[in-house]
Amino acid sequence: MSDAQAIGPAATDSWGSDQARRRVRRRYAADRRLQAYGIIAIALAVGLLGVLITSLIRTGYPAFIQTKVELPIYIDPAKVDPQDPGSGKYRALVREAVDKAVPGIPDDQKRSIGKILSSDAAYIVRDYVVIHPDVIGKTITLPIAVSDPYDQLYKGVIPKEMDALNWTQVRWFERLKNRGLVVEHDGRKSLKLDVYVNPKFVEAGPPPSGDFAVLAQSSLKAYLPRIIDTSLGEMLAEDAPEAIGARVAADPAIIGKTVQIFFPLSPHYATLAKGETPKVLNSRFSEDQLKAFDLLDEKGLLRTPFNWELFFNADSRFPERAGLAGAITGSFYALLVCFLLSFPIGIAAAVYLEEFAPKNRFTDLIEVNINNLAAVPSVVFGLLGLAVFLGFFGLPRSAPLVGGMVLSLMTLPTIIITTRAALKAVPPSIREAALGVGASKHQVMMHHVLPLALPGILTGTIIGMAQALGETAPLLLIGMNAFIPSVENMGILEPATSLPTQIFSWADSPERGFVSRTSAAILVLLGFLVIMNIIAITLRQMFQRKW
Amino acid sequence: MEANVEAQPAIRVQAPVVPEPKEGASAAAQHELKMAARDVNLWYGEKQALFDVNLEMFDSSVTALIGPSGCGKSTFLRCLDRMNDVIDGCRVQGDIRLDGEDIYAPRVDPVQLRARVGMVFQKPNPFPKSIFENVAYGPRIHGLCKTKAEYAEIVEKSLTRAGLWDEVKDRLDESGTGLSGGQQQRLCIARAISVNPEVLLMDEPCSALDPIATAKIETLMDELRKSLCIVIVTHSMQQAARVSQRTAFFHLGKLVEVDGTSKIFTNPTDVRTQDYVTGRFG
Repeated sequence: MSDAQAIGPAATDSWGSDQARRRVRRRYAADRRLQAYGIIAIALAVGLLGVLITSLIRTGYPAFIQTKVELPIYIDPAKVDPQDPGSGKYRALVREAVDKAVPGIPDDQKRSIGKILSSDAAYIVRDYVVIHPDVIGKTITLPIAVSDPYDQLYKGVIPKEMDALNWTQVRWFERLKNRGLVVEHDGRKSLKLDVYVNPKFVEAGPPPSGDFAVLAQSSLKAYLPRIIDTSLGEMLAEDAPEAIGARVAADPAIIGKTVQIFFPLSPHYATLAKGETPKVLNSRFSEDQLKAFDLLDEKGLLRTPFNWELFFNADSRFPERAGLAGAITGSFYALLVCFLLSFPIGIAAAVYLEEFAPKNRFTDLIEVNINNLAAVPSVVFGLLGLAVFLGFFGLPRSAPLVGGMVLSLMTLPTIIITTRAALKAVPPSIREAALGVGASKHQVMMHHVLPLALPGILTGTIIGMAQALGETAPLLLIGMNAFIPSVENMGILEPATSLPTQIFSWADSPERGFVSRTSAAILVLLGFLVIMNIIAITLRQMFQRKW
Repeated sequence: MEANVEAQPAIRVQAPVVPEPKEGASAAAQHELKMAARDVNLWYGEKQALFDVNLEMFDSSVTALIGPSGCGKSTFLRCLDRMNDVIDGCRVQGDIRLDGEDIYAPRVDPVQLRARVGMVFQKPNPFPKSIFENVAYGPRIHGLCKTKAEYAEIVEKSLTRAGLWDEVKDRLDESGTGLSGGQQQRLCIARAISVNPEVLLMDEPCSALDPIATAKIETLMDELRKSLCIVIVTHSMQQAARVSQRTAFFHLGKLVEVDGTSKIFTNPTDVRTQDYVTGRFG
């Protein structure tokens, strides 16, 4: 009895005591802290998602518009045979049209000016003429995509001029300037450097000779030790070494002594010394092309329509012509195969394991393995597909059939696990009710359990499909990143590409236009994922029944 | 709303149920023997749940199974329509006969058996389908009807017998799960009798219901027993006394005593039965 009293709170320790109040305060504080952690975590997740989407949209939106030239083209019957419109001299037609739009181009520049247009320009015209043969002999106005650099220029993604000097070069110059070495000499911005006129390199002459350039470089280097970048030498003007020669000619006695010599700065650094930022023309443009391009703009021939070709064109080497149609078709076929394989097999496996399989070591083993399969890295499935489907069964490479089979290997565990969970979630009372009126096991499953589990099964399946849609590694391994310039011949046995592998190969491409196209393709992929999730939610709500 | 609808008939039904005098053991014996269990032993894995149960159930009468929780009465009930078959590791030994035929014989199909021995469960468990479909489901899977009219007839008949027709005849297309608890349980009874079973097993059919709904079900049982053999598991001794003609007392997996209901409740042979019905334990 006395023990019990010692353990329990003393009667005087009432709810109002300081200790009790402190306990309550601490408890409330802990509750609030827990809530705050949750809010912080969610805010962080939403914030990061926002950053991701914003950056994708910012880099991706230029890909949704495309600069085009509305070029009037005369389809000369002399160059295009009406009997065989497929093999005309379209390149010449386009060149003539450009010539007409931008008159007065010297012959030797015509080729270069033509590069304003997409390299596919001739094919765009040909494709149009093949579909509309009646335009032969007429002048048509066809919007033709401009080449990538000019597209990017017109959309303001890249500037016409670039900084001539990088920031390290600017910093070297600042260091010299801070030491007061940058001065005005003979009307030129110059560097005032101490030079040891080494007798080994310089002979008095007359006229004085020697390796002045090396001397000038090494004396500049002496001011900026430990810099091995050879572009340092570009700081001095080309005629700078002559300053040494001039001094020696004026006073041969300086050989073997250290004297102050003024070296004129090269034009970019001279501009920098004036307090301006030196600029050079972007190396992807030429003056002539820019002139012609501005002329086209003045004439009002440039347009920036919505880039439907992003969705309806297949891949191309030229970013201005590249689209996602091939990737979307390939992904569709692969997902179709994946769905047709994994949905019935997954449901059948799940129903058997959940409802019919005896509980023994063997089924336990199967269950553990299925759960483990869900965690296997997708690249491993890709290797498996490569070895088994391609290597052993000899199925065609790069085909959506194999891609879908590999993806279904990945999706199956997801579908089986979610289906089993959905079957488990069907209340046993429904099974008992059905069994009680004399339904067979099969009838219980088909009439009651499966329909009730369907929303869960569909949700799991669509989530599995969405996962498969975004899967890249296994598709790369079986070669489903083929270059598909046309959707015409696509089928489940033909080489194909898919959305994620298309993104992968675009991200790898050096052209500026593919940067925004990569982001745009990611947005398209995300769009498909969102659509699939909306379908999943809708289906779940449609089939959901209460009991 | 719902409570009002049910309240009015409830007052009427109270009268015949409560004061009705119970027939004795001899009266029950007048009825034909429907089901008989002989030396039934049952194991869940290693654990034995029933020990040598011998019980006879008669046609046109209600047999109540009472006893404390876990005594095996529900387990025994589920043996009678072989619902235990679906439980892993459940093993039944002994002899259970329906009309003299061993229901555990290899050639007996449990699915067909369950059409002859219907079951109503503790929690109302209508299918999440329309009221019509709930009742028509049994006849449909057994192929009892061919035309739509036949289904409509069987649905009406079953619902009428279950005393639910007047309440739901205008909303047969609505979901069975939208009904009140008592209505749902009567719907489940209608579903069970729609296939014309010979035996109706009821596993605590009123434990989830309020007294008014309970009274309705009890009246219904009294009505149904005219053409059926009913076996009911109940925790309410008053209910057993009200509805049954024979009562079996289970304790720790053994059948302690079975006799006419009035005998069990007034003059039991076994001291454990006496202790239980007088509320000394359990």
